[in-house]
Amino acid sequence: MIQLIAFYLFATIVIASAAMVIFARNPVHSVMWLILAFFNAAGLMLLAGAEFIAMLLVIVYVGAVAVLFLFVVMMLDIDFAELRAGFVRYLPLGGLVAIILAAELVFAVGAWSAGGVDLAARAAPVVSDKSNIQQIGELLYTKYIFLFEAAGIVLLVAMIGAIVLTHRKRGGVRAQNISQQVRRRPQDATRLVDPGTGQGVEL
Amino acid sequence: MISVGHYLAVSAVLFTLGVLGIFINRKNIIVILMAIELILLAVNINLVAFSAALGDLVGQVFSMFVLTVAAGEAAIGLAILVIYFRGRGTIAVDDANRMKG
Repeated sequence: MIQLIAFYLFATIVIASAAMVIFARNPVHSVMWLILAFFNAAGLMLLAGAEFIAMLLVIVYVGAVAVLFLFVVMMLDIDFAELRAGFVRYLPLGGLVAIILAAELVFAVGAWSAGGVDLAARAAPVVSDKSNIQQIGELLYTKYIFLFEAAGIVLLVAMIGAIVLTHRKRGGVRAQNISQQVRRRPQDATRLVDPGTGQGVEL
Repeated sequence: MISVGHYLAVSAVLFTLGVLGIFINRKNIIVILMAIELILLAVNINLVAFSAALGDLVGQVFSMFVLTVAAGEAAIGLAILVIYFRGRGTIAVDDANRMKG
């Protein structure tokens, strides 16, 4: 009973805040609603017994992705009112596509619950005497180790790509150039002159 | 009792809301990216629900990889957005035709 109440609570808040994400006027509010949606989705996954994924959702989505969105929204000076023009114009088309999609999903769920497809054997059955995170760890570091490393490479490429894209050299700042300093030789930097008496030195 | 059908319903609604969000916020690419995150969240809920219902852990492992790709995609997308804004001074995507593609 308590599970059912928790499920409906989480599900309602997820859907309501997802609707607020796309309908909110201010993108900062959108990000806040997105954070709420992720928290409650983590609750849903916790309810399904996937504790590790739930914690990952909170850490990765709320802790990294949502904060990234927040930074970008606040960093860019954007006229959001102008961007909302055409909101009502696109609503019928978007609504139509959404209704078609929803109908298709309902159809798919209906067909699935009618029990058509035989699934293959379990690839990695759940063992009841181990915790969720231990089982995932054992699976991830043995059977899916190459996939795991590929995920690491994806993240590395994303990180380097983001740095390369957004990095810019700013002119007019006096930054220290260490290689130039090391390359400097005495004969380039100093000059020996032998001025006559009373003539002075021209710099 | 909660069945996998409950989870599927939630994730179907979430997915539909994400697609609707892409359509109605066609100019604001930040909200489009957030809608994509919602779609990926719906996919994750589906994977976890089936993983729990079938007693098979692979769904949760795949859900982790979806999470990884979503994080990378958000980082790259926002980086492109920042440099686009730097060059154009706006992020309206319906006149993003600089390459005339």
